Amino acid sequence: MATEKITMPQLGESVTEGTISKWLVEPGNEIKKYDPIAEVTTDKVNAEVPSSFTGVIKEIVASEGETLAVGDLMCYIETEGSGDDTAADTSGAGKAENENKQEAPAEKDTSMKKRYSPAVLRLAQENDIDLEQVEGTGKGGRITRKDILKLIESGNVPKPDDKPKEEAVKPQKQPQASDKKETAQPASVPVAPGDVEIPVNGVRRAIANNMVRSKHEAPHAWTMVEVDVTNLVNYRNRVKNDFKNKEGYSLTFLPFFIKAVVEGLKEFPRLNSMWAGDKIIEKKEINISIAVATDDALYVPVIKGADEKSIKGLAKSVNELAGKVRSNRLTGDDMQGGTFTVNNTGSFGSVLSQPIINYPQAAILSVESIVKRPVVMENGMIAVRDMVNLCLSLDHRVLDGLVAGRFLARVKEILENISEDNTSIY
Amino acid sequence: MAVISYIDAVTQALKEEMALDENVFILGEDVGVRGGVFRATAGLIEEFGENRVMDTPLTESAIAGVGIGAAMYGMRPVAEMQFADFILPAVNQIISEAAKIRYRSNNDWHVPLTIRAPYGGGVHGALYHSQSVEAIFANVPGLKVVMPSTPYDVKGLLKASIRDNDPVIFLEHKRAYRLIKGEVPEDDYTLPIGKADVKREGDDVTVITYGLAVHFALQAAEKLENEGISTHILDLRTVYPLDKEAIISAAKKTGKVLLVTEDNKEGSVIGEVSAIIAEECLFDLDAPVKRLAGPDIPAMPYAPPMEKFFMINPEKVEKAIRELAEF
Amino acid sequence: MTNNRHEKLGLSDESVLEMYETMLLARKIDERMWLLNRAGKIPFVISCQGQEAAQVGAAFALDRKKDIIAPYYRDMGMVIAFGMTAKDLMLSGFAKAEDPNSGGRQMPGHFGQRKNRILTQSSPVTTQVAHAVGAALAGRMKGENIVALTTFGEGSSNQGDFHESANFAGVHKLPVIFMCENNKYAISVPVKKQLACENVSDRAQGYGMFGKTVDGNDPLAVYEAVKEAADRARKGEGPALIETVSYRLTPHSSDDDDRTYRTREEVEEAKKTDGLITFAAYLKDVGILTDEKEKELNDKIAAIVDEATDYAENAEYAEPESALKYVYEE
Repeated sequence: MATEKITMPQLGESVTEGTISKWLVEPGNEIKKYDPIAEVTTDKVNAEVPSSFTGVIKEIVASEGETLAVGDLMCYIETEGSGDDTAADTSGAGKAENENKQEAPAEKDTSMKKRYSPAVLRLAQENDIDLEQVEGTGKGGRITRKDILKLIESGNVPKPDDKPKEEAVKPQKQPQASDKKETAQPASVPVAPGDVEIPVNGVRRAIANNMVRSKHEAPHAWTMVEVDVTNLVNYRNRVKNDFKNKEGYSLTFLPFFIKAVVEGLKEFPRLNSMWAGDKIIEKKEINISIAVATDDALYVPVIKGADEKSIKGLAKSVNELAGKVRSNRLTGDDMQGGTFTVNNTGSFGSVLSQPIINYPQAAILSVESIVKRPVVMENGMIAVRDMVNLCLSLDHRVLDGLVAGRFLARVKEILENISEDNTSIY
Repeated sequence: MAVISYIDAVTQALKEEMALDENVFILGEDVGVRGGVFRATAGLIEEFGENRVMDTPLTESAIAGVGIGAAMYGMRPVAEMQFADFILPAVNQIISEAAKIRYRSNNDWHVPLTIRAPYGGGVHGALYHSQSVEAIFANVPGLKVVMPSTPYDVKGLLKASIRDNDPVIFLEHKRAYRLIKGEVPEDDYTLPIGKADVKREGDDVTVITYGLAVHFALQAAEKLENEGISTHILDLRTVYPLDKEAIISAAKKTGKVLLVTEDNKEGSVIGEVSAIIAEECLFDLDAPVKRLAGPDIPAMPYAPPMEKFFMINPEKVEKAIRELAEF
Repeated sequence: MTNNRHEKLGLSDESVLEMYETMLLARKIDERMWLLNRAGKIPFVISCQGQEAAQVGAAFALDRKKDIIAPYYRDMGMVIAFGMTAKDLMLSGFAKAEDPNSGGRQMPGHFGQRKNRILTQSSPVTTQVAHAVGAALAGRMKGENIVALTTFGEGSSNQGDFHESANFAGVHKLPVIFMCENNKYAISVPVKKQLACENVSDRAQGYGMFGKTVDGNDPLAVYEAVKEAADRARKGEGPALIETVSYRLTPHSSDDDDRTYRTREEVEEAKKTDGLITFAAYLKDVGILTDEKEKELNDKIAAIVDEATDYAENAEYAEPESALKYVYEE
C-alpha cells in the first residue's frame, strides 16, 4: 500500500491556479486511474480533473470553492502498488543534476593583473593611483572598476613612493589621513613640440591630492557677500605707519579680516567644525589656517588660538608664518590643527574666487581685493566706497546655506562697523 | 581568367549548377522567357526548358512555400524574389517554415532551398526598390544569409548556396550587377558560406563591411594610402551566421574599427559585429568602435539629393576612416 | 439489410473494418490525451474528435506507400492511417526524446514523419498548403506520378497561403488535393463569419480546379470524393478542392472553453451524427461489425492506448543540451 497525492494540474498555457467547484468523490470511494475526481474552474477552462492512480480516496484536503495554486495538494489516495506510478514524473529529468563536480581550487591566477580596462585606467589617472600596488578582485587578479572606486571611497589610495623631500613643507596633515604612498602615474596628455614638461614634486603632488580629495569628498557650496570696508581702510591707513615704526613689520588688512572671522566663528561654531563620517565635530579651539603662496606652491600654516589674539597678535603670527614659508622654515607643527581657513586672494588682485575647502575643515573664506567703487548709499546718494568681496566655500554635508549666510552677514557687520572705538590694535 | 560582371557571375553559377544537378530548378516572376527583370536568368530557359526555369504567378509567399515543399521532396530549388523589398509576403514561409524545418522535425526533414533577391540602393529605386533587408533574417537560426561583393565571390558562394542542405538567403546588390566586374575562373569552384574574407591588408584602421560598401571602402583605402593611412578591410560575405573568428582577428589587427552598412543604423547586422568586438576585444581596442550606416528613416527617397544623402559612398567611408586614424 | 456502399467503391470488408479501427484508435488516443492534460501530465492537447471519418476516409483513398500528405494539427486519424503509431503519438504528447514528429520539440498535433511521407508542420496555419504544392511539383519533375494531399480548416481557407497555393497549383495543373476539413468553427468564430460563399469548395472554380463538398462524418463519401480527385490528379487533370463538413466535438484545444461561444445543445445534437457512431452503425447493418467484435476491438484499442501511455510516460526526455542540435546540417 502507498499513499499518493493528487495536486492541482496546470490547465492551460498561462494558468497558475484553479478553483475546485465540485468534488466528485469522497473519502472511501474506490476509483480507477483516469476516473474524474473533481470539477475545476480556471480563467481559461472548466474541466474534470481525473485521478492519476487506481485506489481509494483517503483524505480530501482542499474544499469546494477553494482556489489552489498549480501543484498544491488536492487529496490523498491509498493505492495498491508501491507508488511506482509516480516514477514517470521524474523520468529523464534531474539526471544530470549531480554531475557538477567541484573543481579543485586553482593556483592563484594573476594573469590579468596588468590588464587595465579603459575605465580603470581613467580612474587611476584622475585619482593618481599606483595600479601596481592595487590588489584586484577580478578573474585572474584583474583590477575591476569597483576595486578602484572602493579604494577611493576608503581614502586608502596607494600613492607614489617619492616621499616629500622635506617633511616640513608637507601641507597640513589630515586627521584621517593614513600613511599613503604617492604615485607617478603617467598622464595621457599629448605633448607637442615646444611644450615644457614640469616634473611634479612631492609638494605639488600633495597639494594636488588634497585638492582632489576635498573636491571629491566634500560637496562644495559657494556664497559671497559684498562688504563696505571704507571705515576699516581709513582706520588702518591712519595707524599703519605708526605700527610699522613701532613693530618693525607692516600692518596689513588681513589681521582685521581674521579678527572679524574669529568673532563670527565664536557666534557660529558650526563653521568651525569638521566632518567625521558618522558625526560632525565642532572644534573648541579656533585655529585659523592662512593660505600663503610661493611661486610654485601654496601652504596653509595655522595661527593657533586665533580667538585669543589681538589685531597685533594676529599680524605678528601672519608675518611670522609668511616668513617661515618664504624661508622654507615651516615645520609640521606649523601646519597642523587648523579649524578654518582664510585665504587672502585679494593680495594678487582677485575680486572673486571659489576656494577649495582645506579638508577636513567645514569651510574656507577668501578675502578679495579691496576696490573703490561707486555705491548707492542709504540716503540715495552715490558715494565712492572701499568695497571687498568675501567668498565662502562650505562643505554642504556639515553646513547649510542658512547658517553660512548668517555667519557671513555677521562678519560683514563686524567689518563695516569696525573703528578705533570697538577694535583696538593691541 | 575572364573578367565578367557581378550579374554574369550569378547567371554562370546558376547555369553550371543546373547542368551539374538535374534537381536544381529556378522559380520566380519573369525568370523564364524574359530572363529576369535584371536578366540574371537570361538564356536559361532556352537551355533548360520551362519546367526547370519556371515563371510563377505574382505570389511571393507561394514562391517560397512551393520552393520549401519541393526542397523537402528532394529538389534544390532556386527561388527568385524580384526585389528584396518584395520578400516580405514570403517572410512567414521563410522564418516560420524554411528556417525551422530541420530543427522542428529533429533532423527528419530539411530544406535545401536558395532564395535569391536583388537588394540595395543607389539606383533611383526609391523606398521600395532600394532596401537592405538582411537584418530581418539575421536573427533567425536555421537560415544563412549570404551577401557577396565581387563576381568571384558571387559565383563561388551561389554555387555553395545551391549545394547547401539548408535554406540560404542570397542577396545580390543590384547596383553592383553591372558596376562591379572582376576575374572569375571558368571552372567549377565553391567558396565556404560563413567565412569572411580579407579584401585588403592594413594596420591603422580596420573596416568591416559587406556588399557594395566593400568597394567604397577599397576606394577610400586607396586614397588614404597616399596620406600614409593603412586600411585593413574585412568583407563579411555571410552576414548570418557571422564569422566571429575573422571579425575578432580583424578588430585586433588595428584596434580601431569602422563598421559600414548601407542598411539603417539601429538594429543592422553591424550592431551584432560591434557586440562581438565588445565581448571579445576590450583589451585590444584603441578607439571606440565606429559605425557608418544609413540614417534611421524608413528607406531612401527617390529624389537624387535625398538618395545621395542616404547612401554610403567612398567619401563618407574615407572621412570615417580618417577620423579613426587620427583618434 | 442496408445497401452495401463500400463494395461499390471497391473497398473490401477488411478495409472498411480497418478504417473503423483507425478512427476508433484516433478517438481513444485523443480522449486519453485530454485526461492526461486534466491530470496535469501533459501541457497541451488539440483534438481530432469529430473529424476522424473525413481524415481516415481520405487517407484510404490515397496510395499510402507513395503519396505524400501535409496534414494540419487535427489530423490524428490521417497520420495513423499513414503509419504513425499510438506510441509515437503519446511520445509526442509527453514531449519525449523518441517522439518521431519532433523529438519533443513541438507541441502535440504538429505532425511530421519522413518515413511515413508526412511533411512536418508548424503552428502558423496554412503554410503547409504551399509545401504540398511544392512536393507535388517535385514529384512531377521526378516523374513519380504521386499525389500530394494537404488538409486545413475552413478558417485557414481565408489565408493568403491557401489562395496563392491553390492558384499556383491550378496554373501549373499540379497533382494536389486541397482538403478543407470544415468543422464549422475557427476557435470561436462560426463559419458564417468566416465565409461569404456557401461552401469552401465554391472557391475551386476561381482557381480552375475541381471542387466538391461532402459529408465529413461519412468516411465512404470522403473516400469516394478524394479517390476521384486523386485519379484526376494522376491523369494530369490538375488539383482539386474537397470540402468535408463535420463538427468539432471538443473545445479548440485544452486551453479553450467552448461554453463561452456555443450551446451544449448544439454540441449534443452534433454528437448524434458523430462519424464514429454512424459508421459503426453502418458496419453493423452490413454485418461486418458485431457486438462481440466491437467489444474485442475496444479492448484491443484500450490495451494499445494504455501501453502507449505507460511507455511514453516512462520514456526519457531528450538531454537539455540536445536543444542545440540540428539548427543546420551536422
